[in-house]
Amino acid sequence: MTTETIHRVDARGLACPMPIVKTAQAIATMSSGELLEVLATDPGSTKDFVAWSRTTGHALVEQDEEGGVFRFLLRRK
Amino acid sequence: MTVATEAPPIPAAEPAPAEPTPGAARDELLIILESGDLERTWGTLIMATSAAASGMKVSIFLTFWGFYPLVKPGVRITGQNWMQKMLSFMNRPGINHIKMSRLNFLGMGPWMAKRLAKSQGVALPDELLAVAMAMGVRMIPCQMTMDMFGLTRDDLIDGLDEPAGAATVMEKIANGVPALFI
Repeated sequence: MTTETIHRVDARGLACPMPIVKTAQAIATMSSGELLEVLATDPGSTKDFVAWSRTTGHALVEQDEEGGVFRFLLRRK
Repeated sequence: MTVATEAPPIPAAEPAPAEPTPGAARDELLIILESGDLERTWGTLIMATSAAASGMKVSIFLTFWGFYPLVKPGVRITGQNWMQKMLSFMNRPGINHIKMSRLNFLGMGPWMAKRLAKSQGVALPDELLAVAMAMGVRMIPCQMTMDMFGLTRDDLIDGLDEPAGAATVMEKIANGVPALFI
């Protein structure tokens, strides 16, 4: 079984534009193909991460919500 | 006898240069910040950081009242003559002292707006300015404003571009860079 390293950003409690800003800053330090998990509580982030993924080309692999916390899994292009 | 008082003809403008490269400006954004109001400066910085996070090359041209956020914290009175000094006395420079266009109430408005922002996890203008500059957003000070307000490079925060004029901005627009005037 192979385990993949997942980078993490905790943007809970932060409002626009900081979840996207922190995500962009984190992904800039990663290598192509690596995964990044972002946690956020900003309801606007559900739309923003979809748009940001289209603009930048980093794939939004998974997106879900649990107890008001949104989780986004991105793969660096 | 009649005296010719006709003004010399104004020479026609040079023809426009060759077509800009298509798509060259697609990932760029230019913001011209002319307003010194807190709410507009705040919005400008949110847009600029979002654009930089979306992989765009962002420049902000800061002119007239929009220039005051570039003055270093702690610099109180700027300028050489009494009018310039009076202007900075009435409009305290620095990112932490800009006023709201409405409901300022001697600073009560901004104080409440910032408290509300903090409680909702909204980054404050000074934090966003630092983030923007760390992300490579280019801050272009307007030379004419510096001269008019009597500001020197020593009055300004570090990390700014060389001061420039409107023609620098127009070159970007002529090349198709989307521009926001705020």
